[in-house]
Amino acid sequence: MDPNQIKIKEFLSRFFKSHDLKPEEDIFALGFVNSLLAMQLVAFVEKEFGIKVEDADLDLDNFRSIQAISSLVARKSAAPAEA
Amino acid sequence: MNLELTGAQRAVREEVRAFVAAEIAPHAGRWDREEAIPGDLITKLRERGWLGSLIAAEWGGRGQEMISYGLMTEEIGRGCSSVRSLLTVHDMAAHAVQRFGTREAKERFLPAMARGEILGALALSEPNAGSDAAGVETTAVQEGDGWILTGRKKWTTFGQIAGLYLVFAKVDGKPTAFLLERDTPGLTVTPLRGITGTRASLLAELAIDGCRVPASHLAGKVGLGISFVGNYTLEQGRYSVAWGAVGLLQACLDACREYTATRVQYGKPLAEHQLIQALLTDMIVNVRAARLLCLRSGWLRETRDPAAAAETMAAKYFASVAATKAANDAVQIHGANGCTEEFPVGRYLRDAKVLEIIEGSTQIQQINIPRFVFPEF
Repeated sequence: MDPNQIKIKEFLSRFFKSHDLKPEEDIFALGFVNSLLAMQLVAFVEKEFGIKVEDADLDLDNFRSIQAISSLVARKSAAPAEA
Repeated sequence: MNLELTGAQRAVREEVRAFVAAEIAPHAGRWDREEAIPGDLITKLRERGWLGSLIAAEWGGRGQEMISYGLMTEEIGRGCSSVRSLLTVHDMAAHAVQRFGTREAKERFLPAMARGEILGALALSEPNAGSDAAGVETTAVQEGDGWILTGRKKWTTFGQIAGLYLVFAKVDGKPTAFLLERDTPGLTVTPLRGITGTRASLLAELAIDGCRVPASHLAGKVGLGISFVGNYTLEQGRYSVAWGAVGLLQACLDACREYTATRVQYGKPLAEHQLIQALLTDMIVNVRAARLLCLRSGWLRETRDPAAAAETMAAKYFASVAATKAANDAVQIHGANGCTEEFPVGRYLRDAKVLEIIEGSTQIQQINIPRFVFPEF
């Protein structure tokens, strides 16, 4: 895992204490969390990585796994946010 | 986290407190009986910039800092829960538009909401859908470049006078949020009267009969109505309600302090009777604990910490349950006087009960709170 993925895993581990989460695992399908986590994940990636999650990025698929979140972070870090 | 208020935060509290003492608290009992807050009060709130105060400067608001917002809400909730609920629902709607609205919707609504000229309301609850928000039966069907909404909404706080409704509907079974303007053909707003608490909050039922809204009125993507829009909006509502509950707790304590100091039984003031002191102690400690939870929630929200969601839920749960206990005890302390309209505590009890039902009932919080992991533990 790259450094970003490690940070994401650390955050998600709060919710998956007894489970060693793999990068590609679907966190919603695992059933440990419900949709209440979705906006928390948005707040986390915005604060941790200093990016702005825009309306177009608000999709559960972007937050479904460590890999999906790190891809979103990489995309948003590469392209400057639109006003 | 610094537990001391800043000078600016104290100034906000003092300003709102003075306004509430002069313009709200003396009239709240009458508004409760009349089941309406007056239009001139709304004008005064608007003039002071207290409606939509969280809206960012780029949209014409003042981006009020979260703890000042909370202190303002506490003071208003201390005077009148119905007035507090106006801020709650308007700010929830504005919060949703700012986060999920299209650019066109933001430009059209946010500056007017920041000025309080358009009041927002939340159209989520339905005759058959309360806690189970995903169970709404209102539907939205795409037609051309817009959407056709059909359904019934109930318990819409300030629905009687709102100009913009955040409506939760289903698109092919997927929860989706829309903005619906008051003057849309097909929308019928009917006042809902005879409610137990927050009686002056101008509740309404909405009959949405084939209302057409443009594509720009979609709030968030199709399917994200609950997971993103609903949760984000309700978190704002919980933050407001939690502070309102602190205000109500403080109001119970204020009323009981005054009453127990002057009411004499068995030759001494009630305040000197030990069983009364036990009830006062719970009120004093609970209002302090609830306020601390709210302050921490506000600090986490202000710093955009992802732990804010859990902390806000805990604050809302604790404060609303404590408010109901305090109001119940306040009526008990006042005895037969507490059961009359000469004293405000009966209204406090009715209003407190509402706080345990709205923005996620006590039981919904009890299901959700254990699902969060609080960062310290």
